Amino acid sequence: MRMGYTPLGQGLVRLFEPVMPTALGNSVARLLRAAGVTGRNAVIAVPLLWLLLFFLIPFVIVLKISFAEYATAIPPYTDLIQWGDDALMSIKLNFGNYLYLVEDDLYVAAYLNSARIALVSTVMCLLIGYPMAYAIARSSPANRNILLMLVILPFWTSFLLRVYAWMGILKNNGIINNLLMGMGIIDEPIVMMQTDFAVYLGIIYSYLPFMILPLYANLEKLDVNLLEAAADLGCKPFKAFLLITLPLSLPGIIAGSMLVFIPAVGEFVIPSLLGGPDTLMIGRVLWDEFFNNRDWPVASAVAIAMLVFLVIPIMLFQHYQNRQGQS
Amino acid sequence: MVESELGQTPVASNEPEQTREPWNDPDAVPYIQLENLSKRFGNFTAVDNITLDIYKSELFCLLGGSGCGKSTLLRMLAGFEAASEGRILLDGVDMADIPPYERPVNMMFQSYALFPHMTVQGNIAFGLKQEGMPRPEMDRRVSDMLELVKLGDYAKRKPHQLSGGQRQRVALARALVKRPKLLLLDEPLGALDKKLRENTQFELMTLQEELDITFVVVTHDQEEAMTLSSRIGVMDQGRIVQVGSPNEIYEHPSSRLVANFIGSVNLFEGNVVEDEADHVRIQSAEAGCMLYIDHGVNQIVEGSRVSVAVRPEKIKISRDRPEQQDNVTTGVIEEVAYMGSLSIYRIRLPSGVMVQATQPNLDRDTRQFTWDDEVYLSWNPYSALVLTT
Repeated sequence: MRMGYTPLGQGLVRLFEPVMPTALGNSVARLLRAAGVTGRNAVIAVPLLWLLLFFLIPFVIVLKISFAEYATAIPPYTDLIQWGDDALMSIKLNFGNYLYLVEDDLYVAAYLNSARIALVSTVMCLLIGYPMAYAIARSSPANRNILLMLVILPFWTSFLLRVYAWMGILKNNGIINNLLMGMGIIDEPIVMMQTDFAVYLGIIYSYLPFMILPLYANLEKLDVNLLEAAADLGCKPFKAFLLITLPLSLPGIIAGSMLVFIPAVGEFVIPSLLGGPDTLMIGRVLWDEFFNNRDWPVASAVAIAMLVFLVIPIMLFQHYQNRQGQS
Repeated sequence: MVESELGQTPVASNEPEQTREPWNDPDAVPYIQLENLSKRFGNFTAVDNITLDIYKSELFCLLGGSGCGKSTLLRMLAGFEAASEGRILLDGVDMADIPPYERPVNMMFQSYALFPHMTVQGNIAFGLKQEGMPRPEMDRRVSDMLELVKLGDYAKRKPHQLSGGQRQRVALARALVKRPKLLLLDEPLGALDKKLRENTQFELMTLQEELDITFVVVTHDQEEAMTLSSRIGVMDQGRIVQVGSPNEIYEHPSSRLVANFIGSVNLFEGNVVEDEADHVRIQSAEAGCMLYIDHGVNQIVEGSRVSVAVRPEKIKISRDRPEQQDNVTTGVIEEVAYMGSLSIYRIRLPSGVMVQATQPNLDRDTRQFTWDDEVYLSWNPYSALVLTT
């Protein structure tokens, strides 16, 4: 604070003079502390408030709707809380929506199909992403940044646009079919759009970066000396990969798989745009229930059930991470 | 100022070696032969035309500053780097086409490189498992090894649950358990604190004698090299500048570079005025006196400039002029460092040159010399050494 020679400097000095030591500052701080507001609390409060407002409250609303009944009204469901004639409050919970999910084969099939598609896509992402992450982690630092950039580059374009681009590539008179037919390799177009294949392709394409990035972060930290030590002790390169690299990259594999599996289960855009009418995924069922059938309570129950369904792998992940943290 | 303690160590550690010195025996067959070995990375020559023989059961130290090529040489022995030129023979076999995982060589890494997801036992057993050794024998070998490095109680621990010294012993055990023909150690004691390092040095030497395995140790710590080795190879800029026992390297350095690198040394520049078979006289303005050395310097023209090296512990400090004509000069004490067992004095000569001298503190509570004392410095004709390079 040695700038008090010019008027501006003096002003700045006064501006930056600590406020707290003054009597007013002290009393304000004392008041805040008495109210339980400290600097640390204030910092945590911001994200807490955010989550409360935009996650917990909407969740509670959805949960509430899932226990309501369909009604021809605006909004289209009954109120949980009802006031009787004698001014008694009664809460009416309707578990029928959840029972309906179990009874109707459609929902169980949709959940299972979503899980299957997500699982296969995750495994495929892992099989494709692991070698890519490994190669990036082992490349020279200059190339590494370029390669990482290439992985992230698709994010510059909207996800939706990229899925539409796949439609242009895959459809019957799309790029692939036109090319193959033009070269005389096939006589009639190969049907790729509106198949499970297209859905898998779309999901794997869209979520691959989410597999590569955590794997890269993990593999990049791997000490090359460990592999040299393994070689030195008589371990051939591929076996050293299985015994050293793979187990040590497990946290990266789990993180990447979670990042792919969880959004893939609830994926809506890709199955609607690339999948056929028989590609049954829970995200689409949810959409249909909400917008076509306008049955908000069942749609909410589907959403809550999916959340519970996804919480299990997340908790497994948490458990694993805690165990890692302890050791 | 640790270097100055070295005066005593080489003699002590060298005694057992005097009975067996295969490098002085013309009939001895070297165990490891490096023949015109070079390694280049682009334009940079890390290892420059090294020819070196190492004998069985030796504890050979490669000593040098950072970037002198010692680690590259070690990695070439392990098989992690291929030679640009020349070859390595181990027990008569050319190692050129043998990958690291097939070499009868094990390495202890500077960072230890313990497998973090395996227990101590798992780490030590790793090498034996790769050989496909049957379980009972493997278990026996591993527990023997754990016993040897005194880690029997820690078999089930993971590396991160161990102290630095324990990790170092696991790394050593893991490298030793395969009973390699050659064990390579990269700065084996570098990560340990001083006290632990001293203890471990002796443990390492005992182990090496017990197991009779040839060790090649890379270190930048000259004290470590002095205590451990049967022979030292001093490296500089990819070349080996001198090979010899610790005693030879300390007392007969071949060049200024070696003399400076091992311990501390006072160097006086001077002109040769008389060179006979049994002595040489050098006029040195820096020292401020005539230097008389009782060994002749071959092939030197009288009048040419040479350096005379005198180790600090070989200089006597006295208040009265000693009874000798040569090798006597005067100076003023500028700095005194009390080290306990000895004191280090830095004395300024009239020529402006600073001389370091160490004196043992033989009696308690006596401080013989102090700041600003005018003293005489002297040494014997056989204490100094003429260096021409």
